[in-house]
Amino acid sequence: MRMMKISIDKAYCKGCEICIKACPKSVFAMSEERQSFGSLIPYPAKPEKCVGCKLCEMLCPDGCINIE
Amino acid sequence: MNQLIEKYIKKDSLPYIFCAGCGNGIILNAAIHAIDELGIKEDTACVSGIGCSSWIPPYLNMDVMHTIHGRAIAFAEGLKLSRPEKNIIVFTGDGDCLAIGGNHLLHAANRNINITVILVNNFIYGMTGGQKSPTTPAGSRTKTSPFGALDEPLDGCGIAMSAGATYCSRWTVSHPNQLKKAIKEGILHNGFSFIEVLSQCPVQAGKSVFQERDPWNMMEAIKNNTILCKSWTPERPEGKIPIGNFKADSERQEYTDKIKNLKEQLRGMQKVTV
Ligand SMILES: Cc1ncc(C[n+]2csc(CCOP(=O)(O)OP(=O)(O)O)c2C)c(N)n1
Ligand code: SF4
Ligand code: SF4
Ligand code: SF4
Ligand SMILES: [Mg+2]
Repeated sequence: MRMMKISIDKAYCKGCEICIKACPKSVFAMSEERQSFGSLIPYPAKPEKCVGCKLCEMLCPDGCINIE
Repeated sequence: MNQLIEKYIKKDSLPYIFCAGCGNGIILNAAIHAIDELGIKEDTACVSGIGCSSWIPPYLNMDVMHTIHGRAIAFAEGLKLSRPEKNIIVFTGDGDCLAIGGNHLLHAANRNINITVILVNNFIYGMTGGQKSPTTPAGSRTKTSPFGALDEPLDGCGIAMSAGATYCSRWTVSHPNQLKKAIKEGILHNGFSFIEVLSQCPVQAGKSVFQERDPWNMMEAIKNNTILCKSWTPERPEGKIPIGNFKADSERQEYTDKIKNLKEQLRGMQKVTV
């Protein structure tokens, strides 16, 4: 399967962790990085596991995630 | 940023005013997908009242009206009557729609006017700091029910359908695809469409209703407290809230069509001079 391109927009992510918990393939994990409000932001730790279902895109309340 | 969302959002207004993990953004996503799949961005206007959920439309790079508390449906009716060719979507909270605005809901549903109402039910007054709303579960200790709410919650779908809504469904934010589909059906339906979405307010409902502030855990709790029903039931099977597509009735005449017919009739009448 083709490797998906996963991006999280650091400017708007609020670190709610919905993407981490919602992804059926556990692609995301928390990084050590903080955005401008001070909360930690996730990163795609296992991008190779992504099946492109786009559930994370639909469930990110801040529209930060893009899957291609 | 998500490429589709970016096309529909006023980027200079970002980030959204919503708290981290608030369900409002998920409902906005579903609505954007529905509007995009129908290709009706230019032919649609979104209307809201006051409340956190009423901040959903103002971010859209579309025709929007952010009006006054409880009156979103009234403004939407006025807009529909003056611009009947537009699709009108209302975003309204459980307080906005069922408390102060309950009267407008009854009459708009009774008229079967062609607007699509999306009720964001987060079980609380979020914006004003966690007061009991008409959908707050009995027993919840909120700012205005410190000893536990005595009232049983109102059922928005039941009220809308008994008043005359001709399309009705209820989903949760954990059903984004079903929700998107329902919004599309509601928009295409020629009549009053009522779509309730059970959603999380991790800050206020988290504190007073769920005793759980983690957005995902709240989403799971909300989903697990629902039961998929093939048809409408006013009951709560196994004590759970029914979700599903409840009604799609195309028989009843729509209100702006009635007005159009009346106008034509009047045009055909001879002028009477006294
Ligand atoms: C006429 C009037 N009465 C009261 C208020 C205060 N007020 C603002 S929002 C709100 C309730 C919001 O609850 P809801 O509609 O459920 O929206 P939420 O914030 O939960 O999304 C109230 C009582 C107001 N703005 N205007
Ligand atoms: S769901 Fe969105 S806002 Fe929440 S942590 Fe993930 S990327 Fe950030
Ligand atoms: S597209 Fe699906 S599998 Fe891929 S990261 Fe998002 S939720 Fe996980
Ligand atoms: S108070 Fe509740 S409803 Fe309002 S933005 Fe925050 S989480 Fe959302
Ligand atoms: Mg509310």
